[in-house]
Amino acid sequence: MAGSTPASLSAEAPVQAPAVAAAQARKARSISPALETWRRFRRHVLAVTGAVVLLILVLAVLVGPYLWPVAINDIDFAAKLQGPSLAHPLGTDDLGQDLLARMMYGGRISLAVGFAAMLVALTVGVLVGSVAGMSSGWVDAFLMWLTDLFLALPTLPVLLLVMYLFRDSMKKVMGVEGGAFILIVVVIGALRWMPVARLVRAQFLSLREKEFVEAARALGASKVRQVVQHILPNALGPVIVVGTIDVAAAIIFESTLSFLGLGFPSDVPTWGSMLRDAKDYLDIAAHWALFPGAAIFLTVLAINFIGDGLRDAFDPRRVL
Amino acid sequence: MNRQYIIRRLLIAIPSLLGISVILFGILAMAPGDPFEELATNPAIPPEVRMALRAKFGLDDPVWQRYLHWFAAMMQGDWGFSFQSRIDVDKLILQRLPVTLIVVGASQILAISVAIPVGVLAAVRPYSIFDQIASTFAMIGFSLPTFFTGLVLILVFSIQLDWLPFVYRADINATGWAFYAEHIKQSIMPVVVLGLAQAGTLVRFMRSSVLDVIRLDYVTTARSKGIGERKVIVRHVVRNALIPVVTLIALQLPAVFGGAIVTEQIFRVPGIGSLLIAAILANDTPVVMGVTFVFACLVVLFNLIADILYGWLDPRISFR
Repeated sequence: MAGSTPASLSAEAPVQAPAVAAAQARKARSISPALETWRRFRRHVLAVTGAVVLLILVLAVLVGPYLWPVAINDIDFAAKLQGPSLAHPLGTDDLGQDLLARMMYGGRISLAVGFAAMLVALTVGVLVGSVAGMSSGWVDAFLMWLTDLFLALPTLPVLLLVMYLFRDSMKKVMGVEGGAFILIVVVIGALRWMPVARLVRAQFLSLREKEFVEAARALGASKVRQVVQHILPNALGPVIVVGTIDVAAAIIFESTLSFLGLGFPSDVPTWGSMLRDAKDYLDIAAHWALFPGAAIFLTVLAINFIGDGLRDAFDPRRVL
Repeated sequence: MNRQYIIRRLLIAIPSLLGISVILFGILAMAPGDPFEELATNPAIPPEVRMALRAKFGLDDPVWQRYLHWFAAMMQGDWGFSFQSRIDVDKLILQRLPVTLIVVGASQILAISVAIPVGVLAAVRPYSIFDQIASTFAMIGFSLPTFFTGLVLILVFSIQLDWLPFVYRADINATGWAFYAEHIKQSIMPVVVLGLAQAGTLVRFMRSSVLDVIRLDYVTTARSKGIGERKVIVRHVVRNALIPVVTLIALQLPAVFGGAIVTEQIFRVPGIGSLLIAAILANDTPVVMGVTFVFACLVVLFNLIADILYGWLDPRISFR
């Protein structure tokens, strides 16, 4: 990172034998920005906790189904609406389906939607932001007007409108699950790129006047090379932070859509649609609502804490 | 406060409203399916009548012509006819709008009156125990999806404790104080759910805004003149720290209206949010478009109000 604080790096190493100190200095000099960020990130206890929790959740939904090979649609009316037990660690729903298996399946969908929507938002945002930041005049003005326009759109109503109008035809083209997945990811991405674009543009406006970019320009670097090689890597820190928060926001949007009955079709268990089904049984089977709700909350909280930690780690003014 | 500034802001709001209407109409026009599909499945209506209706309503015209027709009709207050409720869309929306505005307004007042003191106290002693607890709770508040908080509140206060009703009723047959008491009682949970989600974000805004202001020289000057710490914070710091927060509150409003849709759906509050969901589930396209457009107008309106307030609070802005 440009202008990161080596003061705290050397402060970490107390007086040592000259040879060791020299080795340390050599090592310190070759420290990469990524490593430096990681070193700073590690200091943020809540962020590290969040990372560990998220890692456990990801592992659970990826590996879990192999360790707990119960079908998600195994109907057993004899065991319906049961609380947690040995046979069903998280209980069952109104059809006697195993909640643990459905939670793991839903978690895969939620996390996949979150990451994919974040990638869409980042790609569009970085593209728009860098074009606006490198070009001046009417291109920049138009792109920023477009960004402001999208910022003024009411996100959830528009999301609902698009899902309502396009859901059935996407289902025909891409299949039930694939259609819903692609539609949700694209629409959430299309409604979340604006902060990224503004951020990238602001970074570009200041970075493109910096001496190192001028040097690259003087050496005959093309515009694309200036952007890809010199400006973009230096603008990436805050973008990663926003991207992290975007994952959490996308997960919330997906669960909201499913909760309102407009996300994935109701036979596909996602955390949001499980909550939707469970809300009518709150008085007799509270566990059914509490587990998926807690899973959404925990995932989002973990990701937000990671974002906070990354923000501090990328902030060069902050001595950690 | 100069008039020129207000006029300029008004002139900026108009193109963004136009742009939003283009986007909404574009989504509708791109959507597959036919508004007369309802008639196509109706055996009592022969295909010739359907074709005549199509021609009459200009469905075979080019897109831009259809947009102009649609926009002109919207401007004249002709918002279409609800398939489901069999009354005009604008009447339907006007019936429902006050409830939404009251719930959103009350939740904003709750959020602001919780978040500002907490944010200021946290920023006055940064990294103290209070700050850490407040920041953690703010993070939790802003990671909790509204649909989950709503269900948990219903579970605790309606089902376990039986203190509050969980279905919002418009037809309370009581008079005088009892009428208002019932109304307040049933509004508590929706308002709290929406307000707490908002308060989490606001605490973070307020804290960082106060932290920015408190380091400035004029605060030191005020202190060195012997003004008490309390007075310095309340009269000198908070007033200036509130300026950016006003804008951020307005920029948060799209998210708040999104939250209102979910909250209204959970508690069955008869506002425009639950109207939107009901219309979507009933395939009532005119209502869906109308409500989405109202949400968009509300967002543009509040952005305009925030801009004007910002110019009034910070006179430096309006002279630029």
